[in-house]
Amino acid sequence: MSLLEVKNLSVEFSTPDGTVRAVNNVSFNLEEGKTLAIVGESGSGKSQTVFAMMGLLATNGTATGSVKFEGAEVLGLKGDALNAIRAQKIAMVFQDPMTSLNPYMRISDQMAEVLIHHNGISKYEAIKQSVRMLDAVKIPEAKNRIRMYPHEFSGGMRQRVMIAMSLLCQPKLLIADEPTTALDVTVQAQIMRLLADIQKELGTAIILITHDLGVVAGNSDDTLVMYGGQVMEVGTTEAVYATPTHPYTQGLMSAVPRVDVVLDVLVTIPGNPPNMMNMPAGCPFTPRCRFAIDKCVETMPELVKTGGDSSHLRACNVAVEDLV
Amino acid sequence: MLVLNKVKIQEMADNIAEMDAVKGRSLWTDARRRFMQNKAATASVFVLTLIVLFSFIGPYFAVWTNEQIDWAVLGRVAELGQPSFANGHFFGTDSLGRDLYSRVIQGTRISLSVGFVGATVAVIIGTLYGAIAGYVGGRVDQFMMRIVDILMAIPGMFVLILMLVVFGRSILMLFIAIGLLAWLDMSRIVRGQTLSIKNKEFVEAARATGVKNSKIITRHIVPNLLGVVVVYASLLVPGMILIESSISFLGLGVQEPSTSWGALISDGAKTIRYDTEWQLLFPLAFFVTSLFCFYFIGDGLRDALDPKDR
Amino acid sequence: MLNYVIKRVGLAIPTMLILIVFSFLLMHSAPGGPFTSERPLPPQVLANIEAKYGLNQPLWRQIINYIWGILTEFDLGPSFRYKDRTVNDIIEQGFPITIKYGGWAFIFAVGIGVPLGIIAAVRQNTWIDYFAVGFSIGAAVLPNFVMAPLLVIVFTLWLGWLPGGGWNGGDFQHMVMPVIALSTSYMASIARITRSSMLEVLNSNFIRTARAKGLPEHVVILRHALKPAMLPMISYLGPAFVGIITGSFIIDLYFGTGGIGIHFVNAALNRDYSVIMGLTVLVGSLTIAFNLIVDLIYAWIDPKIRY
Repeated sequence: MSLLEVKNLSVEFSTPDGTVRAVNNVSFNLEEGKTLAIVGESGSGKSQTVFAMMGLLATNGTATGSVKFEGAEVLGLKGDALNAIRAQKIAMVFQDPMTSLNPYMRISDQMAEVLIHHNGISKYEAIKQSVRMLDAVKIPEAKNRIRMYPHEFSGGMRQRVMIAMSLLCQPKLLIADEPTTALDVTVQAQIMRLLADIQKELGTAIILITHDLGVVAGNSDDTLVMYGGQVMEVGTTEAVYATPTHPYTQGLMSAVPRVDVVLDVLVTIPGNPPNMMNMPAGCPFTPRCRFAIDKCVETMPELVKTGGDSSHLRACNVAVEDLV
Repeated sequence: MLVLNKVKIQEMADNIAEMDAVKGRSLWTDARRRFMQNKAATASVFVLTLIVLFSFIGPYFAVWTNEQIDWAVLGRVAELGQPSFANGHFFGTDSLGRDLYSRVIQGTRISLSVGFVGATVAVIIGTLYGAIAGYVGGRVDQFMMRIVDILMAIPGMFVLILMLVVFGRSILMLFIAIGLLAWLDMSRIVRGQTLSIKNKEFVEAARATGVKNSKIITRHIVPNLLGVVVVYASLLVPGMILIESSISFLGLGVQEPSTSWGALISDGAKTIRYDTEWQLLFPLAFFVTSLFCFYFIGDGLRDALDPKDR
Repeated sequence: MLNYVIKRVGLAIPTMLILIVFSFLLMHSAPGGPFTSERPLPPQVLANIEAKYGLNQPLWRQIINYIWGILTEFDLGPSFRYKDRTVNDIIEQGFPITIKYGGWAFIFAVGIGVPLGIIAAVRQNTWIDYFAVGFSIGAAVLPNFVMAPLLVIVFTLWLGWLPGGGWNGGDFQHMVMPVIALSTSYMASIARITRSSMLEVLNSNFIRTARAKGLPEHVVILRHALKPAMLPMISYLGPAFVGIITGSFIIDLYFGTGGIGIHFVNAALNRDYSVIMGLTVLVGSLTIAFNLIVDLIYAWIDPKIRY
């Protein structure tokens, strides 16, 4: 049994202009202590996938399918049952540390309430543990700084606070939704190293959501590539990087600027991400795909094994050999 | 193997391109579409237009003028002054036997013009003041805004009444005084908006490429301010009407024989004990309906123009 | 925080002085005004004014005298119309009444408006939300001078439950209609402002964080959302305070409650300048003091304002 089993997860939003399907039949597994990277452009549905798992969808959103954590269904949980999972089993770090902490509360109160609520310990004890956690994420002078408000911290420090806060109850799974996007490049590296250290120490499984392939490479065991709410390709990070088998993944790879290769122009994937309002019936990548065939317009290909590696799956109508 | 059906794929690409084109329409076309979709707002524009038209066309159907006293009714207004087509008092008469239909028309004209003129004065002064403060920035901005802070702390209605008492109660004075007091909010809003536009990338880009200051103001600042100004102006009009009505209700606004909604409501409210409720209800209906319309129009404009909602 | 307080008080004092000087000059420039002594005033009144302001002294002296009188003994001077009355007499008589029903109107507006707005936002798109939205739209067109006669029609003329006016020491029956008439539109505004800011806060990132932390919904709302959602409403309290005091004129006029409003209106009609000015100064200083308190509360809630 995997730690997390996601099966046919779909997310829909009803808007005044019609229904938007943000996530379409996404399935994947995550083993204990491993890291899965979900990669895709903005609007590919990667954030909504994990929001659905945490019950954090906006009020006009509905999720269908199944999300099993330690074998128990999580999707559709409400109230206390849902709150018992959040933070305690699955914790989350958000994209924008500037706005994700409550600007009107001291860090001490924001952290302590997690422990007080979930573990039922005294406030004094909760703050003591929080300080320890802040120390662990390398916040200098944690003991004094815990009394401060979020605006008194820099962006990188706030993200450290967020990470510390998410780890308070020692969750088995940490979801990091673009944890470094809003930060400086040097700070990004520090935060990624911090996450790696934490995983080594606590054995926490991590879902790392990002659009930055550079971040994925050294930091994840598996990689799942999403486009237009669908899984395009999934496999071990090694396999996906070494032999990308989907036109979109290939495009992504060649679009990553490299220091060792001199190019006249940045490589891009032509076209724009699909409009979620009227998704094409077939593969959402078709209009931008230079390998597209007739079939792509009408049918979304199944996610199937590619080559000998049993964990490397792809969803493409065109055979791997023809992608040249 | 690779059979490309160019036509089909091209069709799809076109569809998507079209969708993008739809998104890329100008702010104002987009705003108009949003406004037109708002049923309450469009209905309000229609009703308000009717009210304005009525105030212009209405007099041609009036049997009595607003100053004429119907001596046949005077003294027995409760029985004879009721709304009737027979004696030409379509809305009845007031307690002095004057034709309420004509007086409501006159009151509508005055209240609406106080609203529009007052709002115009406030919009012009407030926009200029706020835009200058925001665009110039620095010390000038601080000083100008400190003045606004101070003026805002003074209860406007008192000063307004003080001015009306000192300089005499005329409609002109009312226009000026109300307009002079109402520009403060406007200037604050415009200043804030100017500040944020000034620091937007496209203005920086324009400046970096050597576009002249005057052109930056006319090309970039003003068009982007317009949305906020329009929305706020649409809220100012009913605000002005409310202030005028309150003052007239107190008997400190327009003077007899001129009248306004507030004065008419005041008259009607004083006599409700004598079974002449039409004297209250006709002006009240006009007042309430118009305010409703302004409210919905303002709301519609805000929804249509507020970039935050997009 | 202390810096902020000093800064705000530093702004309040010149504001007050400007208000006094401005109204004094305005009165002084009035055509045929009181200080020219061209108009035939009753000799007793003239003597009072002479004693108070010293009409032959230069203008700046008169202003300083006036301000000095206010600062040292809160003396707002004699009435220009009634020889045996001072502005202070009028305030003593009317102000407690205004404060009583005005205060209740204020409490009523906030006490019902805020919870209504919060519940509407939390239960968005339910009947209570529709009710709150409908109420706030409806009340936007029901200012006090519309509410007052409508209330009298319903409760006095139709139902006969309440007296149509008077004060009678401010007992319950005489307070009901003034308080409702005065508070309705502000209650609606407060409900609307609270609702929309609450909705905005509930959609913010830090509320999502609070939910992700597994806190029960009532904790999320009360501990995390309430404070920030209150801020726009608190900024509105200043204007609401002024609005309620100004609105009390209409209440005094229509219900005969006998607050300062009726004196102000009569003074305005009689050109009793010192009364108008005295009441303006009184209400102005109250407003400034109130705004100061509101700003301090705001700064107390929002840590970013502290310097």
